[in-house]
Amino acid sequence: MQARIQLVAILSAAALLVTVLEMVRRRRLMERYALLWLLSAIVLLALGIWSSGLAKISHAIGVIYPPNALFFIGIGFILLLLLHFSSAVSRLTDQSEMLAQRQALLEERLKRQEELAGDSEPEIASESRDMADLPLD
Amino acid sequence: MSESASYLAVVPAYNESATIGGVVEALRKQAPRFDALVIDDGSGDDTSILASRAGATVLRLPFNVGIGGAVQTGFVYARDHGYDFLAQVDGDGQHDSLELERLIDAMDEEAVDVVCGSRFLTDDYRYPAPISRRTGIHIFAFLLSRIVGTRVSDPTSGFRLYNRRAIELFARDYPHDYPEVEAVLILHHHRLRMREVPVRMYARGGGRSSISTGKSAYYMVKVLLALFVGMGRRPRLLATGEPPVVGTQNVA
Repeated sequence: MQARIQLVAILSAAALLVTVLEMVRRRRLMERYALLWLLSAIVLLALGIWSSGLAKISHAIGVIYPPNALFFIGIGFILLLLLHFSSAVSRLTDQSEMLAQRQALLEERLKRQEELAGDSEPEIASESRDMADLPLD
Repeated sequence: MSESASYLAVVPAYNESATIGGVVEALRKQAPRFDALVIDDGSGDDTSILASRAGATVLRLPFNVGIGGAVQTGFVYARDHGYDFLAQVDGDGQHDSLELERLIDAMDEEAVDVVCGSRFLTDDYRYPAPISRRTGIHIFAFLLSRIVGTRVSDPTSGFRLYNRRAIELFARDYPHDYPEVEAVLILHHHRLRMREVPVRMYARGGGRSSISTGKSAYYMVKVLLALFVGMGRRPRLLATGEPPVVGTQNVA
């Protein structure tokens, strides 16, 4: 592999690795979501350094120019990460739906309780708080 | 410690219908000064019904948030309800509620913020766990002891007693997955003191461990990563009113 492209590959993979670790350290990234990033960065870094290994892999998968194999593997990781995030987003969507439903049920229950508790002030329900900043008259 | 102090026992439970009733009953009988709070972490079985039938206050999470988030719910509850002490007791019957007094005594003896029950401190207490699990625990113990500078023999133990300072810290910031090891690190970084006391633990009374074989590899890697990056964190105190970041939950 040509020296320049190898250097670029090593530096960018190392930068990715450091960035991910630093983000975990600063709590900008949860470990749960960092692991796949770390794996990608480490594999890309390893293949960047170990060029004879990369040459073997590229030969095995029928790629003539080894740096292209690095691209290929990199794209593979990107696809994996995207899939990982899609599944994470699906789970989050599911959970926020459940939260919204629970919250609606709770609101209804609270309203009923308030109505039961004090018939004297039935108007002070939770939604009237939203208008708190409007002029009262 | 004055008798007027208030104690909360937090029992995180995920599909523990086989054991949760017994755990709550044992708590109420053997550790009556504790109020029992069961955090039902989105169980699909009768965990919450059985827990409240046994006399516990039950918080039902709308979906499974994992052990870290479940336990943190307990910290937030304790903070908001002004509890002085919080004990964490597993819902699977591993922990002996008679041993809670031992944790309280240990906190009385020395001014520490957290007392942790350890399975490994004496030879009398044999912990029935597979060798693979024990090896993992000892690796964490070794690394963690190096980082915090004192011996931590059982960093994965979830049998702990926290004082008000620790409650307030963890109500704000508690790790998400497999939190016990990282929690020790957080204590260290916030200069809170912890000590261990020997306790006996039982094999699980039923149900399934949250740590299946498939997950234990993730457990290892996740905790090692947390320890590794944790070494790079400087000890500091969170300023009050500091904006929350990932890993911090402000549920007040």
